[in-house]
Amino acid sequence: MSQSCIHWFRKGLRLHDNPALEASLRDCAELYPLFILDPTIHNSTLVGLNRWRFLLGALRDLDESLRKLNSRLFVLRGKPEEVFPKLFSEWNVTKLTYERDTEPYSVSRDEKVTSLAKKHGVTVLYKVSHTLYDIDRIIEENNGKAPLTYNKMQAIVKSLGPPKRPIPAPTAQDMKDVQTPCLDEDRYRIPSLQELELNSEGLGEEKFPGGEQEALRRLDQHMERKDWVCGFEKPQTSPNSLLPSTTVLSPYVTTGCLSARTFWWRLTDVYQGKKHSSPPVSLHGQLLWREFFYSASVGIPNFNRMEGNPVCTQVDWDNNQEYLDAWTEARTGFPFIDAIMTQLRQEGWIHHLARHAVACFLTRGDLWINWEEGQKVFEHLLLDGDWALNAGNWQWLSASTFFHQFFRVYSPVAFGKKTDKNGEYIKKYLPILKKFPSAYIYEPWKAPGSVQRAAGCIVGKDYPKPIVTHEVISKQNIQRMKAAYAKSKTDKEAESPSKKQGTKRKSDSVLDMMKKKTKAT
Amino acid sequence: MKRGRTSLKSKCLPFPSHEVRAKIRKWRAASRFALTHAEDWGNLPHYVVLQIFQHLSLVDRARAASVCRGWNDVFHTPDLWRRFEFELNQPTTSYLSSTHPDLVQQIIKRHAQHLQYVSFKVDSCTESAEAACDILSQLVNCTIKTLGLISTARPSFMDMAQAHFVSALTVVFVNSKSLSSIKIDDTPVDDPSLKVLVANNSHTLKLLKMSSCPHVSPAGILCVADQCHGLRELALNYHLLSDELLLSLSSEKHVHLEHLRIDVVSQNPGQTHFHSIKRSSWEALVRHSPKVNIVMYFFLYLEEFEPFFCEETPVTHLYFGRTVSKEMLGRIGLNCPRLVELVVCANGLQPLDEELIRIAERCKSLTAIGLGECEVTCSGFVEFVKICGGRLTQLSIMEEVLIPDSSYNMEQIHTEVSKHLGRLWFPDMMPTW
Repeated sequence: MSQSCIHWFRKGLRLHDNPALEASLRDCAELYPLFILDPTIHNSTLVGLNRWRFLLGALRDLDESLRKLNSRLFVLRGKPEEVFPKLFSEWNVTKLTYERDTEPYSVSRDEKVTSLAKKHGVTVLYKVSHTLYDIDRIIEENNGKAPLTYNKMQAIVKSLGPPKRPIPAPTAQDMKDVQTPCLDEDRYRIPSLQELELNSEGLGEEKFPGGEQEALRRLDQHMERKDWVCGFEKPQTSPNSLLPSTTVLSPYVTTGCLSARTFWWRLTDVYQGKKHSSPPVSLHGQLLWREFFYSASVGIPNFNRMEGNPVCTQVDWDNNQEYLDAWTEARTGFPFIDAIMTQLRQEGWIHHLARHAVACFLTRGDLWINWEEGQKVFEHLLLDGDWALNAGNWQWLSASTFFHQFFRVYSPVAFGKKTDKNGEYIKKYLPILKKFPSAYIYEPWKAPGSVQRAAGCIVGKDYPKPIVTHEVISKQNIQRMKAAYAKSKTDKEAESPSKKQGTKRKSDSVLDMMKKKTKAT
Repeated sequence: MKRGRTSLKSKCLPFPSHEVRAKIRKWRAASRFALTHAEDWGNLPHYVVLQIFQHLSLVDRARAASVCRGWNDVFHTPDLWRRFEFELNQPTTSYLSSTHPDLVQQIIKRHAQHLQYVSFKVDSCTESAEAACDILSQLVNCTIKTLGLISTARPSFMDMAQAHFVSALTVVFVNSKSLSSIKIDDTPVDDPSLKVLVANNSHTLKLLKMSSCPHVSPAGILCVADQCHGLRELALNYHLLSDELLLSLSSEKHVHLEHLRIDVVSQNPGQTHFHSIKRSSWEALVRHSPKVNIVMYFFLYLEEFEPFFCEETPVTHLYFGRTVSKEMLGRIGLNCPRLVELVVCANGLQPLDEELIRIAERCKSLTAIGLGECEVTCSGFVEFVKICGGRLTQLSIMEEVLIPDSSYNMEQIHTEVSKHLGRLWFPDMMPTW
């Protein structure tokens, strides 16, 4: 039976390892590869300029690859539930395929579209290929709950066996009987930044071009350095090297330009027979962390919020717009933090240890702002901004969930010094501080007036004074964190107030608060 | 009959007198009338409504109190007002809700004498701290047992006029006469106010927390120790600690001290001079109170540690908030035999094998340890765990602290350590983002 099929690209912007796309080709006479710019998620509040550029690049790359197979990418703008009914009739669609996405918005959107499709007599088919495993299966394997420790995750993965092998991209042979109408129709073309009313003036050099070709090229390049891959230990890499010291394949995995399974199996091939570092610090481990947070995002309700999130410690974060703006706009007065936030805004990528430093600084370390605010900023600016990973990592770094060693605070002064004594990274992203000597580059406010004048930069005038005194505030924050943990403990043990005459005071054990909440793991 | 019905229906109007209500109840019982839900609620006995109210949040209780006079009466039962936390926040800068000013007025008017366990939570604005003090000044006829002043963000009590603070606090000290627990960390309390506290509450005072109170002198706190013989828990900064204080707390008249917390803090390197405490003073304390927990929080710069741990120090819980040197950790192994818990935020990049092993050997009561930015070789760590064995109930080590060596790699370490601990153990991890 010849089908007229729409394959709906959302993430999974690739032709390789795309089982849903493969499914769309079965018995297919007419194929419509589709991407919808949905104002609910593709808007300038959520998506920063760098991310827009990356997305459009990925779409252009996809279109190019499809044209080589005598097809093309159709791009439409609008809400999916409004766009689809028109397309169903216009294109006489009989089948709709897509790659499963577990984000809450995606799940409800897909439900709406599926019921609309049924009304139009369109069969709907989806496949799992954005994650290594089917997340529902992982949760099922863990007695219906998301694993709350990485070690539990590893155990489950071991029992499930390795992930499915990736499938190859469709070839011209596979597509020989498939037609794509409207090949030259302009109205479905990919819009430019200007057409989307985005001002491209603010954009810097494109360090990470979007697209499947670029993703695969980078993958090849890195796999060639086999010995490096085998010895890979991510925490040992430096947060402030001038060139990224890790693979920077994350933006491609997030958007699906690179399949996680393809990445996994290429690594396995490299590992074969060679001595290698084992997870979690190895590259395999990184993919497994992604899986861990995806499963948490599915199994835990309200995962991107503190309130209503059953595993997240409820903390009385401050509502301080001034602090939040200073952090977002890279003017905290701490050069290490400001340099990282500058790189983030300019390039859309920062090393993961840099993320730890700024996340800790914003939340439990110094500014005591809710991690949800940091989450929003990262979502806007990070090329690899991913709903599940963002929420999960922010909770981890703020010691709200999964992790409770709150005394381990990253010092905004000392942490960067370890790998970059002379502050080259700071000088690169904050040129105003270029002339500061290494003794003061991390703490310019301590430099005597003469040094500041010689460097052509007066603290308080050309560069901000530090927004907090780290030593004072971190001490206070450690106590606040302790209080938040204690409160959540007593909230759980809450009894009828009439029975509480006066709680019996226990000995002040700091380490009581360090206990990992090994509830249902 | 009909008249009885209509008067019962009018829930929203103030109820008729007890007399009438009693009559209606009697009549109802006699007539075996099947009543609807709406008619029952207004007639619930006081103690039932009280029980229900105790499960409600304050906001819901206040709403329920507006339903009828009967419920309003229950709302004002003294028992519901023994414990109260005043939350004082400026709406422009704080997420947190604030206790409604009308409610504050009601409490001062009707319930000041019922309040026994009171706390004030204030945000970073001076106005909030001042508002707290205004309330305090009005709690004249009260028998407060527990008082807590909590600065959630910054020490805002320190920003207000000291005279205002002290006079407000003195009102409570003078009027309560039965204060047993006081938490006034980060406030401008001074020696004269402590004298007033002691003059009025020396027989009842059991707990005093006053870390980071810069206006108090060692003499001031000594006065408290000398007079308040029931004092069991004390928290203060190191500059207030003296040999005389320890001896006073160990005098025959004094009860056993249960908990002593000492904050050792330096804001700017080299600016604070730290005196030492004689070994004999410590010994006297431990002799008098053999079970006392001595908790020390250190927030110092590396060069400032000199005066500490040169001799035997009976500390039980040690917490290093900033970097601490290898040498210091070595001293701790030598001189802290009572050590139960040790937390090290950061040390540096020299392996701490020797120091940890010595701590394991000499600190036989050690049950909990946490290591942040430090380094320990895997073999050294295994040796440490072997010596401690199962008594280590808390072992919180960041994964990056452990350095694999020729004997153990990361995978082997967790099995080896789990074996010696007698339970499944993994290091703490940070995810790769």
